[in-house]
Parts: sequence; C-alpha cells; structure tokens
Amino acid sequence: MNFQAVKVIYKYEMLRAWKTLFQSIASPVISTSLYFVVFGSAIGSRIETVDGIPYGLFIVPGLTMLSLLTQSLNNAAFGIFFPRFTGAIYEVMSAPISHFEILLGYVGSAASKSFILGLIILTTANLFVDLHIQHPFWMLAFLILTCVSFSLFGFIIGLWASNFDKLQLIPLLVITPLVFLGGSFYSINMLPPFWQTVTLFNPVVYLISGFRWSFFGVSDVSVGLSLAMILLFLSLCIAMVSWMFKTGYRLKD
Amino acid sequence: MLMSFKLFKLLNKMNTIISIKNITKTYASGHEALKEINLEIKEGEILALLGPNGAGKTTLISIICGLVSPTGGTVKVNGFDIITDYRKTRALIGLVPQELTLPAFETVINTLNFSRGLFGKKPDKAFVEKMLTDLTLLDKKDTEIRMLSGGMKRRVLIAKALIHEPRILFLDEPTAGVDVELRKDMWNIVRRLRESGVTIILTTHYIEEAEEIADRVGVISDGVLLLVDEKQALMQKLGKKCLIIELREKISAIPASLLSYHLVLSENGSKVTYTYDTQRERTGITLLIKAMNKAGLEIKDLQTAQSSLEDIFVNLVSEKK
Ligand SMILES: Nc1ncnc2c1ncn2[C@@H]1O[C@H](COP(=O)(O)OP(=O)(O)O)[C@@H](O)[C@H]1O
Ligand SMILES: [Mg+2]
Repeated sequence: MNFQAVKVIYKYEMLRAWKTLFQSIASPVISTSLYFVVFGSAIGSRIETVDGIPYGLFIVPGLTMLSLLTQSLNNAAFGIFFPRFTGAIYEVMSAPISHFEILLGYVGSAASKSFILGLIILTTANLFVDLHIQHPFWMLAFLILTCVSFSLFGFIIGLWASNFDKLQLIPLLVITPLVFLGGSFYSINMLPPFWQTVTLFNPVVYLISGFRWSFFGVSDVSVGLSLAMILLFLSLCIAMVSWMFKTGYRLKD
Repeated sequence: MLMSFKLFKLLNKMNTIISIKNITKTYASGHEALKEINLEIKEGEILALLGPNGAGKTTLISIICGLVSPTGGTVKVNGFDIITDYRKTRALIGLVPQELTLPAFETVINTLNFSRGLFGKKPDKAFVEKMLTDLTLLDKKDTEIRMLSGGMKRRVLIAKALIHEPRILFLDEPTAGVDVELRKDMWNIVRRLRESGVTIILTTHYIEEAEEIADRVGVISDGVLLLVDEKQALMQKLGKKCLIIELREKISAIPASLLSYHLVLSENGSKVTYTYDTQRERTGITLLIKAMNKAGLEIKDLQTAQSSLEDIFVNLVSEKK
C-alpha cells in the first residue's frame, strides 16, 4: 500500500477547496438560506405541515441531499477531469500506485468535502428551524453513504467526460431534476397515484426518504428498501469504475 | 582493491536495467505505432532514441512508464515485469514528458511535494529545496505554475521527475522549444545524474543532440528500431568521410578518366568531392590523386569531413525503404 501517495492526493484535493474556502462555505450557506426563505417561510406559511412535520423542518433532509448530490458529483468529477484535461494525470498514471489507491485519494477527498458541506448545511438549517435528529447514527450512515457513492459517480463522470460541457451535463440534466422530483419539497403521498408509481423509478426518492426517516422517523418508502437501493447504486458505481480502470478507459491508450 | 572497484564499475555498467522484448503497439485507431521492438538498455548509460516525428518514440517510453498498454511483448525494468510488478518498476523511473502537462493552479513547491508523495517517498524539505536550487526555481517556489514562462515550466517538469530520486530518467524531446541557457543547464544535470549512476533515455529528432550527449544511439523510424549502437561505433561503422579537393583551375566537367571515382563537381566548378569509406582497407585517395595528376588537374587545397549522424540517418532510413 502506497500511503504517501493516497495522502498527497487527498491532501492536495482538500487544499484545492481550502483555496476557495469562502466560495466553498458561502455558496451552500447562502443557497440553503434562500431555500428556507422561499420554501420554508413563503410556502411553508401556506402548507404548515407534511406528514405531521412542520414544513420548514420537513424540507431540511431534501435540501441537504440536493446540495450533497450536486457537490459530491461536481467535486469528484472536476477532481479527475481537470488533470486529464491539462495532461497532468500522466504523473498519477506512471506512479507506483494502484487503482484502489487512486480512488481512495480522489473519491475519498471529494466525499470528505461533501460530508463537511452536509454538516455546514445542517448547521445553517438549525438557525432557521429547531432540528431534532431521531436516529443520529443512521443519519450519519446515510450521509456518508451518499457522499461516497455520489463522489464515486462523479469520478466516473469525470473520466467519461471528454469536454467541459459533458462534465456539466449529468449534474444539470439528470441530478437536479431527479432531486427536485424526488420528494425534496413534498411527500410523494401528496402526488396523484399514477405519479406516485412513476416516482418510484427515481432512485433519489429512496435516498431522501431514508435520510428523512433518520430525522423524523417517517418515510415514503421503507428504510430497508432505501438502504438497499443506495447500496445497490454504490455497487453499480464500484463495478463501473472497476471496469473503467481495467480497460484503461480514457486513461490509457 | 582499486582494480576490483573499477572492474565492479565496469560490470555494473554492463548490467541491463531495461529489457524490451518484442514490444508491439497498435492503437485503437488501427495505427501500428511499434513493430516488434527489442532493446536492452544498460545501467548508467545515456541512450538517445533518434527518429523523426511520429516514429514511435513517445509510444515506447509511455509503455515502459505505464501510460500506454502494449499490444504484445514484455518489458522488464531491473528484472521486474512492468505490468505484474508495476510498483517496483515505476518507483525506479522518472519521466519528463514531451508536453508541458502541469497542474496550472498549483504552486511549484506543492506540485513537487505532490510528486514525491505519489512515488511513496516521505516529505524531505532539504531535498526539495536542493532540487529547487539546482533548477534555479527557488525564487519561484510559491508561484502558481500558470504564471511561469515556458522554460520555467520545463524546469518544473524536470524537478518533478527527479524529486523521487529515480534510478532511470526518461526525457521525451527535452530541448523542444527550450532556450540556450536551459539547454546548457539540462545537459549539466544529465551529466551529473549519469555520474551518480542514473540511466538516462532521451528522445530527440535533433541529431546534434544525440551526438552531443549520448553514449549509445538507437535509430527508430516508422515503429521500427533500425539499429542501436555505441555512438562512436555507429559513426565509424556507417560513417563515410568526404575529401573535398579544391582545384587551381575551374573545370566544366569531370574528366572521363576519373568517372570511376564518382566525384561530385561543385556548382562553380572549383571543387570536387570524393566520398570514401573509412572502414575499407584502401580508401582510394592515393590512386585518385595520381589519376587527377594524370588528367592534368592541379590541386590547390584538400579538406576532409566526417559525415554527421544526419547523413547516417538519412542513409539508414532510405536503405530500409
Ligand atoms: N493515442 C493515439 N491514438 C492513435 N494514434 C496515436 C496515438 N498516439 C500516437 N499515435 C500515433 O502513433 C505514431 C507514433 O507516435 P509517437 O509515439 O508520439 O511518435 P514520436 O514520439 O516518435 O513523435 C504516430 O503516427 C502517432 O500519430
Ligand atoms: Mg514524441
């Protein structure tokens, strides 16, 4: 095991965020606050409660997930795409380092960044509403699993993308709609039956539902199913990335 | 004692550090970039891979460093296979790539620390400072790479390749677009590294460069290694010399009696050039001069010139075709 290599990849990826610390913290804090003002206060004053939970509180897990998914994806995708783009990746590819160690460095740092971001968002949310977490252990478990699997997914996108446009494509065109339609701001029980069924094909529903359960003890789908789905997604990403490394996809001619 | 040490050094020099066997590479595009390359590189030598653009030099280096997968064949570095024992082989190798492929937004010092760590080495402040000093980068150590000039960037690339103290250094077209000063510095570094026992493989399409620095030269063209030999031997083996004879009086054509010497007459008719093989028992010079006397040509001056690697190279490539 080349610990030094994992350490430097991790360290310099983290330092990259440190250099833009203000943006890294300010942007999630500001956008979370805005969501609270618009959804929590303006709409919340009309809706009041969902599943017996005050609306302002109800949207916290979904809001957190929204930022978490996009940030994990962007961080990890950019982290590997940029050295590919400049060509500096040659150094990593010619170093005595295994694929697993490369992943540990890049995906580990991206996941750490989004984990910290998740904590910042929850702290910000706590300024607006009174957060009580019923199952703190499961809350952290869902948080970590999400950060890791979506960072891994981001890594895959960063390898696949052949230009900056494609890099933005998936987060913008796939993730954001899925999160908005995934019950971030409503319970899927509020939808007509047909759309409820359609929604069940949206993987993000399971994420948000499980995460919300860890906060309030209520969920749209069963917690076990949520956990199974996220583990399935994680396994798919692992399989995908293993295949990419094995074939040298976009890394080796 | 001294003798045995010398002998030891000699034997050591003859050790093969890189052994390339039947390496082929066909890119996904179908392009056959390397056709059965076989090459043994000796520990401590400077080997120049000489060939025109597109010959396959970068491809060969990339295979040894793990950046390109070979289609067939094997490479061993210090006795270890580059694929099954990649950790052992890669740890020995430093690579200075052809292009200025650097992380634009990192500072010089950070990128050096990063490179050292990647190769599994613990941070070493003193060594990093020394490297910065050697490459006159010390005052730029906190500058972001994108702010550096092209020459400075190349210095950073070299420093990155050397920061993990490799035993083998690859320099891919090291002097392309490099100013005189950096070129001089670079050759000094290369010589110093060689003295400390580092094996150096450089690619170039400039013949003077191979002539200037290499111990051995491999000539590669169109994915085929045409030959590899000691530079001196290569020059001798293939080296032809020319004798340039300045005439007292201009002539308009070579006299018929001298046709068998294949002389070339200069444009203004004042000089003839005779090309001969230095390896032959007889060069034919004496006979030529006698024949010239007989033909009534008076000689004003004589001059000889060694053919350069360039001529050798042109000969080789055209012979193969
Ligand atoms: N990734 C690639 N895909 C397809 N062809 C390539 C690739 N890289 C290099 N080639 C081709 O292989 C040949 C050898 O290239 P290269 O090794 O870069 O030559 P050199 O370094 O001697 O100039 C060239 O014809 C080049 O166009
Ligand atoms: Mg090249």
